[in-house]
Amino acid sequence: MWNNFLISLEIMGKGMAGIFVVIGLLTLAVMVMGKFSGQNKEEEKK
Amino acid sequence: MEFLWEGLLQITWQQVVMYLIGILLIYLAIKKDYEPALLLPMGFGAILVNLPLSGVINQNMEGIGVVNGIIEWLFDVGIEASEALPILLFIGIGAMIDFGPLLSMPSMFLFGAGAQFGIFFAISVAVLLGFDLKDAASIGIIGAADGPTSILVSQILHSKYVGAIAVAAYSYMALVPIIQPFAIRLVTTKKERKIRMDYTPGTVSKSMRIAFPILTTFLVGLVSPQSVALVGFLMFGNLIRECGVLGTLSDTAQNVLANLITLLLGLTISFSMRAEAFVNIDTLLIMLIGLIAFIFDSIGGVLLAKFLNLFRKKKINPMIGAAGISAFPMSARVVQKMALEEDSGNIILMHAIGANVSGQIASVIAGGLIIGLVSAYL
Repeated sequence: MWNNFLISLEIMGKGMAGIFVVIGLLTLAVMVMGKFSGQNKEEEKK
Repeated sequence: MEFLWEGLLQITWQQVVMYLIGILLIYLAIKKDYEPALLLPMGFGAILVNLPLSGVINQNMEGIGVVNGIIEWLFDVGIEASEALPILLFIGIGAMIDFGPLLSMPSMFLFGAGAQFGIFFAISVAVLLGFDLKDAASIGIIGAADGPTSILVSQILHSKYVGAIAVAAYSYMALVPIIQPFAIRLVTTKKERKIRMDYTPGTVSKSMRIAFPILTTFLVGLVSPQSVALVGFLMFGNLIRECGVLGTLSDTAQNVLANLITLLLGLTISFSMRAEAFVNIDTLLIMLIGLIAFIFDSIGGVLLAKFLNLFRKKKINPMIGAAGISAFPMSARVVQKMALEEDSGNIILMHAIGANVSGQIASVIAGGLIIGLVSAYL
């Protein structure tokens, strides 16, 4: 059981890190898309 | 005339318990409106599969041999062989989700990640309570606050507790308005709950809405390949919604498809609610660990928001963090209601919805990651 508990802590560390990495990438991608679509709209207005 | 009494005489006390559980689920569905689309078929199914010599599960009949039962067949084909039912349900869920509030405030993405902490905390608790790793991981995923993900992960990991996990996941999703205020109050002060937030959303173009599901599938698929079935079908449903040329199909996915599959899923899951598999102390432990998972999801999200506040000039209302669970839109509504209780003019609904929608993506990512991580250790 103790061994499994240590594994569960490893899974916790890797799992939370994995989620934050993926979500971080998505956040960056959406921010970049937002910037481009904002620029496009400004150009269309001009 | 003995055959008339044969069924009655074979009823065990465990089956009687299952009839009562079935009636309780039906009561909660009808009277309390707790996830009725799923709890009602599950409750009725629990009665069907626990009738002695029930014809809805395979029976070995004297002189005839094995006779197939419809619920066992649905379970074999729709869940065990392919996990088709929970995965197909994601098309309907994806078609229901409007990612607009999240795309207009990308910073809300983070809270979806933070509020998955309960999953991993619950896995450790389950291990300490004596469950093996694959069962512990399956139980922990109750904290995803996402019924189909819970069913899918526990089935892929071959957990013997699929029925109890599904009941816990859907019951606690329905109890979010009770569980979350308790958990949030544990880790926030009145002053923090009163924090007001400006709402200045960025622009969200149509092309952005269309690109988002494709990009998400691609990114998540590369980092966590086990999530592809979950995220891919969720995002495919969303693409149908956002593309603008499949309006009828989008309506069908949101209503007819989602309702039909939920109905079948509820009945099918009841196969794992047979008395011999369900009535034991493990089921009670699973219900307890599921509750812990939900509480620590909320606490994880709130603590992340409080941590971010250490570095921010404009403070975030930490309750937004708790809205990062997948139970949509209940969690966002709960957070907004709590904000109004503390300060009648405090509107944080759009932030909460953004975090809540992020939770739907994060929970399926968590499901995929757990499958990958646990299988690596088995």
